[in-house]
Amino acid sequence: MTEPVVASPATDEVAIEALRDREPSRPPRSQWRDVWDQLRKHKGAMFGAGFLLFITLAVLIGPFIWTADPQQIDIRNKDMRPIYTALWDSGAKVSWAKPLGSDQLGRDQLAQMIAGGRASMAVGWAAMILSLVIGTAIGVIAGYFKRLDGPLMRMTDLFLSLPILPLLLVAVTLFRQPLRAGFGPEGGMFILIVTVIAVTSWMPTARIVRGDILAIKEREFVLAARSIGTTSRRIISRHLLPNVLSPIMVSAALGLATAIITESALSFLGVGFPSDFPTWGKMLADAVTRMEQFPERVLLPGIAISLTVLSVNYLGDGLRDALDPRIRGR
Amino acid sequence: MLTYATRRLILSIPTLLFISFVIFMLLQLAPGDPMAQVPLTVPPEVKQKMREALGLGQPPLVQYWKWLVQILWIEPQVLIDWLTRESWLLGWLPDTNLYDGQLRVISWQTRSPVMDIIIQRIPQTLTVVGIAYIVGILIALPIGIYSAYRQYSVFDQAGTFVTMIGFSVPPFFTGPLLIVIFSVQLGWFPSIYDTTHVVTDWASFKVQLQQMIMPVMVLALQITAQLSRYMRASMLDNLNQDYVRTARAKGLSEIVTVMVHVLRNSMIPVVTVIALGVPAIFGGAIITEQVFKVNGIGQLLITALFANDLPMVMTVTFFFAVLIVLFNLIADILYGVLDPRIRYD
Repeated sequence: MTEPVVASPATDEVAIEALRDREPSRPPRSQWRDVWDQLRKHKGAMFGAGFLLFITLAVLIGPFIWTADPQQIDIRNKDMRPIYTALWDSGAKVSWAKPLGSDQLGRDQLAQMIAGGRASMAVGWAAMILSLVIGTAIGVIAGYFKRLDGPLMRMTDLFLSLPILPLLLVAVTLFRQPLRAGFGPEGGMFILIVTVIAVTSWMPTARIVRGDILAIKEREFVLAARSIGTTSRRIISRHLLPNVLSPIMVSAALGLATAIITESALSFLGVGFPSDFPTWGKMLADAVTRMEQFPERVLLPGIAISLTVLSVNYLGDGLRDALDPRIRGR
Repeated sequence: MLTYATRRLILSIPTLLFISFVIFMLLQLAPGDPMAQVPLTVPPEVKQKMREALGLGQPPLVQYWKWLVQILWIEPQVLIDWLTRESWLLGWLPDTNLYDGQLRVISWQTRSPVMDIIIQRIPQTLTVVGIAYIVGILIALPIGIYSAYRQYSVFDQAGTFVTMIGFSVPPFFTGPLLIVIFSVQLGWFPSIYDTTHVVTDWASFKVQLQQMIMPVMVLALQITAQLSRYMRASMLDNLNQDYVRTARAKGLSEIVTVMVHVLRNSMIPVVTVIALGVPAIFGGAIITEQVFKVNGIGQLLITALFANDLPMVMTVTFFFAVLIVLFNLIADILYGVLDPRIRYD
């Protein structure tokens, strides 16, 4: 692309011309745009993101559209079947007023599903965010400050060798009463379950973040930042954290899936939320005893849990591929 | 390698002590009184005496020390006595008679030694969990190998989808689902696992097989999902290596290349994952045991928790912790033994 040398008086100018940067053919693309383009190619991830968005919107806006009270006991209309049962069983007790039927106390199943999803998603998101905060903080501190690395990583190893599910059961059963007394039955249980899930699930995040911080903090741009007198706090927040964002996002997706499953498992084992506060796991557990007559009461919450977790897992899978620069662009 | 193993073994002692201390202190913080079920007509001073008889009068640290002595010193004595007296393995040795009536860890529910109950429950858990683990491995390895060999084929896509489902569908949903389909609608298998069933002949063996199929399948689905992912990733790493090209270039058949050269190298990380998964499966079996009413160790933990039986909860949780530390150690040592590139010394 250099101009042909014709009659330029000084050869310096030619050299300068040759050294000049050529104009880029395309405008520069940001990293997140690349990531988005790659993510869009992953069908599973797009399905997952779409379904997650749908469920989130459904549980957020649902109560305003379907205004039935999930706690309303309507004993005359108990044990209704879902409306689709009428397709093969014309004698079934169905009604448009209760599209997904009602339970043994006549509570509306659709409203319960929405309320249950709200609780499950809230627990999942809160536990995931708390666990990420703990994991990232410990990982960053262990990776950045050499003196704290040994003790913090020993602590992580110790937590990793704790028996998680038994301990969860122990903690939830034993601290149910005092927290309920302090924050009310639902609030206390919410705080307890979120804390307990977060405290037992931050270790993988901490390990990944520490590994990445150890590698990044030796790079030149961190050295440059330190040489102009940037404080440790600024280096961490401006230079290190943005660079470990991708592993954190992947473990966020996986954490959300595990948190939802753990909460449902606790409810299923009978140590979760109280019976009058529906979550998907609680609804499933309550319905198991009568699943021969009313299989839909097990199926609906079970399918809801499974599909949500499946979509989150697919989203995590896609994110991992999209955020890995070695795979991106292939 | 031996020095490494010894060092790790010694290091695991303080780890276990610390974990047991954490669990003990957690249980100490808990509210709840073992005397809550005692009738109100019993006078308080009698209640206080009963409490002291359960070992509750003393400060927590003394209680913890006594529990440690009981579990690490007295219980092994009982075990050795039993080994030399009744077991077929060492029964020919003279009776050691080490145990002379000291207090063992006593369950608050049954007032019998906790260890005896745990020993009774372990076989039930072990049959279900053990067989599920073996079935899971046997299904997962071929799936992983084949889907890596034909990457992005229809089989691989289907395999990925099935493993995703295995990850995502929790056992407390697959369990009831299987019960509804196979025991309610079709009536093929019983929905409750009968632990008192004794296998004596072919007919009773068939009954045992029928009642085991569903719990084993629920657990095996989860194991398969995890293991086949690992197997696939590990095979993919190795399939593009230079030594595979060399093997093909010198004219080895495709079967020998994949099933001997690649498989042996890919198995190294998978074997350690298998070892690491054992304690997790024991923990995860708690839910499956609850669904199929298997009278195992997880069910023991849950009933003990609801009955506020702290010595039992403490000992069972400690048992799980021992399993985790032990299998972590086994996994690390296996890795060093299998992979000559790993040097611990």
